[in-house]
Parts: sequence; C-alpha cells; structure tokens
Amino acid sequence: MSMHSISLTINGKKFEGQAEARKLLSDFIREDIGLTGTHVGCEHGMCGACTVFIDGVGVRSCLTFAVQADGTSIETVESLAKDGKLSPLQEAFWENHGLQCGFCTPGMLICAEELLRENKNPTEQEVRLAISGNLCRCTGYHHIVLSILAAAKKLQGAAQAA
Amino acid sequence: MKPPKFEYRAARTVEEAVSLLQEAGEDAKILAGGQSLVPMLNFRLTRPSHLIDINKVSELDYIREKDGKLAIGALTRERTIERSALVRQKFPLLTEATEWIGHVQIRNRGTIGGSVAHADPASEYPALVVLSDAELTIQGPDGSRTTTWDEFFVTYLTTSLQPFEVLTELRFPLPKPGSGYAFVELARRHGDFALVGCAAQVTMNGKGTCQEARLALIGVGPFPHRSPDAEAMLKGQKLTDKLISEAGQKISEEVEPEGDMHASTEYRRAMSKVFTERALKKALSRVQGGK
Ligand SMILES: Cc1cc2nc3c(=O)[nH]c(=O)nc-3n(C[C@H](O)[C@H](O)[C@H](O)COP(=O)(O)OP(=O)(O)OC[C@H]3O[C@@H](n4cnc5c(N)ncnc54)[C@H](O)[C@@H]3O)c2cc1C
Ligand code: FES
Ligand code: FES
Repeated sequence: MSMHSISLTINGKKFEGQAEARKLLSDFIREDIGLTGTHVGCEHGMCGACTVFIDGVGVRSCLTFAVQADGTSIETVESLAKDGKLSPLQEAFWENHGLQCGFCTPGMLICAEELLRENKNPTEQEVRLAISGNLCRCTGYHHIVLSILAAAKKLQGAAQAA
Repeated sequence: MKPPKFEYRAARTVEEAVSLLQEAGEDAKILAGGQSLVPMLNFRLTRPSHLIDINKVSELDYIREKDGKLAIGALTRERTIERSALVRQKFPLLTEATEWIGHVQIRNRGTIGGSVAHADPASEYPALVVLSDAELTIQGPDGSRTTTWDEFFVTYLTTSLQPFEVLTELRFPLPKPGSGYAFVELARRHGDFALVGCAAQVTMNGKGTCQEARLALIGVGPFPHRSPDAEAMLKGQKLTDKLISEAGQKISEEVEPEGDMHASTEYRRAMSKVFTERALKKALSRVQGGK
C-alpha cells in the first residue's frame, strides 16, 4: 500500500509525516503527532470525543482520513489553553463541575468552542443542541450545559471590559 | 475498528473523478463527506479497492436559483444548506429537513449528494427528492444523464447509480405561491435517524381549497414513500381535520415498515398516520401565515 506524505499545521506548528490512506486523522493526531488530548470513543461518529477543528470547522477526526488533512490547519483541545493558562471555557468547566472522568471533555470543549465562536449569547436550548452529538457517561450533561453558559458569560464580560 | 486497506486518489473536477473511477475499476467508491461511508469502512461493512475523494471538486459546491428550480451541487455541505438564506427564502422545507440531520459537526462535513446516493431509508434529503420530484443529474463516462426518484431509488441503501457515475446536481422545483410546508419526525433523541418522519407540502388557493398536496414518509419502507392516492384525496378539497385523518389512515394502510429493536412494524405503521396528520396540519397552518 502506498504511503502518503502529509504536511499540516497543528495548533499553529508545522508537522510533516507519512501515513497509509486508511489511517484515520484521530489516530494520526494521537500516534504520529503525539497529541493524546483528542479522545477516541466509538470510531463511527456517534460519541463526539474525537472532534477537532479543520480550518476552523468542527469535524469528527475518526471519520476523516489523515491524507485528507494534508495542507490544512488543525486545532485540537491542546490549542485552547495559552501559555499554561486555561481558556475561559476550560475554566468554566473546572468551576462548574463540567467533567468527571474527562473522557468526553475534549469533544465537549471543541463543540462548545465552535458554538461560542459563532454565538456569543446562546440559550440553554442552543447549548444543548450544540452538544447533542456528544456522549457523556458521567455527568448527566447538566453541569456541562451550565459550564458552557457560564463560559459565554465570562467571554461577554471580557469583551465588555476590553 | 480501523478501516481496511484501500488506495486513495483525490479528484479536482467531475471529469477527473469519473476517469479516476474508471482507472480504479468497479470496486472503487466515491468519498464525499465520509459521514456514512467512513463508519461503514471502520466497521468493515464495505471493502472498496479505491476511494476517489471528491472533497476538492469545488465546481460541485453551489446553491443557485435557475428556471423556477433550486439547483444544488452534490458536494454542497448540509451545514451550507442549513445556513443558506436563498434556501430559507425559496424552499424552507429543505432548511427544516436539514435541521433534523445529525448534529452540527456531522452537517459540517456531510453533503446532499452523499446523503441521496447513500439512500438510507430514514434520511431526510431523499424524502425531499421524492416529495418534489427533483431532477438528479449524473455524470458518467458517456456524458451526463438526468433522472428522477422513481428510477433512482431501488431499495434499502441501493440506487441505480452505476460504478463509474457521479451524482452532480439536484434540482428541486420551487413550491408555488400559497404553499405551506412541514417536516416532522419521531426520533429517540434529536439528531438520531428518524424512526418515522413525514414531509408535507400543500398549496392552497385563495378560497381555502387544496390545489396540490405532496407527502413523503421516511422510516417506513426501503426508500421514501409517496402516496398518489392520499394526495388525490386531498386535492380539490378543504383540508378538514377529518379529511387529514383519512389521508393519514390511507398512508398507514399502504406502508410496509420493517420492525427493529427500536420500533415494531405495528408501531411505525401507527406513527405513519400520526405524523402524516401532524405534517399536514403544520403545513396548512403555515399557508395561512402562522408559523
Ligand atoms: C452521528 C451521525 C448522525 C447522522 N444522522 C443523520 C440523520 O439524522 N439524517 C441523515 O439523513 N443523515 C444522518 N447522518 C448521515 C449524514 O447525513 C451523511 O453525511 C450522509 O448520509 C452522507 O453524506 P456524505 O457526504 O457524508 O457521504 P459519504 O459518506 O462520503 O458517502 C456515502 C455514499 O454515497 C456515495 N457518494 C457520495 N457522494 C456521491 C456522489 N456525488 N455521487 C455518487 N456517489 C456518491 C459514496 O460512495 C458512499 O457510498 C448521520 C451521520 C452520523 C455520523
Ligand atoms: S470516536 Fe469519533 S465520534 Fe466517537
Ligand atoms: S466526564 Fe466521563 S464521559 Fe463525560
């Protein structure tokens, strides 16, 4: 089987590697790039844990092949914290018990991030829809919803202060 | 699980996609959004020799109004359709159908052409192809051809697309003035595939008589169910609750749903009546200006 050269930007840094066509982007990120924040739960699009941004658009990395990401810019959960400081969204998860085991958290964070980039003031219903494709086996979702709503408030506060 | 081995080629134009398919032979498959194909690969339910990626075929990504029809390129993402002001204004039934599909990150990748070519019996877009008698344009080695749903959908997950063919465009005739629409469905959770769903479009004249009714149901047979008899019952009539209930009854007698662990045949049949009624009532309320 032929190998494909893949060169992409990951969280702002260049990365070059090689992969078989069948290598899933989720595995490429975890095994080749070595970033294990992106979690793999189901490998069929159902759990959302593997969600990353490709060129700013949230996608399931388990339903994308690494070769398809050649030339793109990818952001994973590791891109959210800056200089070791949690982002307001991550802080809100911390403060509102938005995670227990943490398995679903990277996907929840990316999907919430995608929502908040587009909608600065989401309703609870909009938050629930935004994470409707993400499974969590621990929290019962309630605290995740509270966390995202709290993050929206924090970001609004920061925007007003600026 | 992990996908089986395959060779990968990316096309930049439809012509190139067709010739790459020909070079690769009959076991090749097109890769569009991958939201149905990649899960099947990961479960090894399919083992294509080659995947021909059409994600860079930008000439298939457009939404245009043309001769009273809405022409949509096969690679147009579900999310693009959901957000299109043109679609919302001219054919809001398509917007409403899109909102039922999966979740944001699925719609970010999934394409209308992929959904229709995949032909899942519970998918929303095939229902609109059937409801509106949309024209489908298909490009192959010998040029292009146009077809409609009665020739296109064969059975569960099976269409009349031939090995080297690419679905390129879908053209939906726009609803006439005085029309109302609704897409309603029963799913276990929002974003899950529908157990039963019904799309309805009714066109009324100024006197409150139904000039045309179109219905398509999903989840109740191998591909979306259209009922000429139920539509004929409604045409030329005032749409009273009694008549709507009779049309729903008619449809529930026609459909032949398969039962599964989520819903039995009997339950789906009963729900086909309920959801036909709900769709018709909601469509009617929207003609009268309500929402
Ligand atoms: C978690 C989840 C939930 C979902 N929920 C829903 C839902 O509620 N409703 C719904 O309708 N769908 C749902 N989907 C499926 C989604 O809408 C898919 O995107 C869609 O069915 C297939 O489109 P695609 O572009 O991803 O096609 P792909 O997966 O790339 O391809 C599907 C099939 O079509 C063929 N194909 C693709 N494009 C063409 C073309 N232009 N010409 C010829 N053949 C082509 C491929 O070879 C393949 O056989 C869901 C998917 C997931 C993962
Ligand atoms: S691992 Fe990708 S959605 Fe579950
Ligand atoms: S915190 Fe454990 S799965 Fe969500």
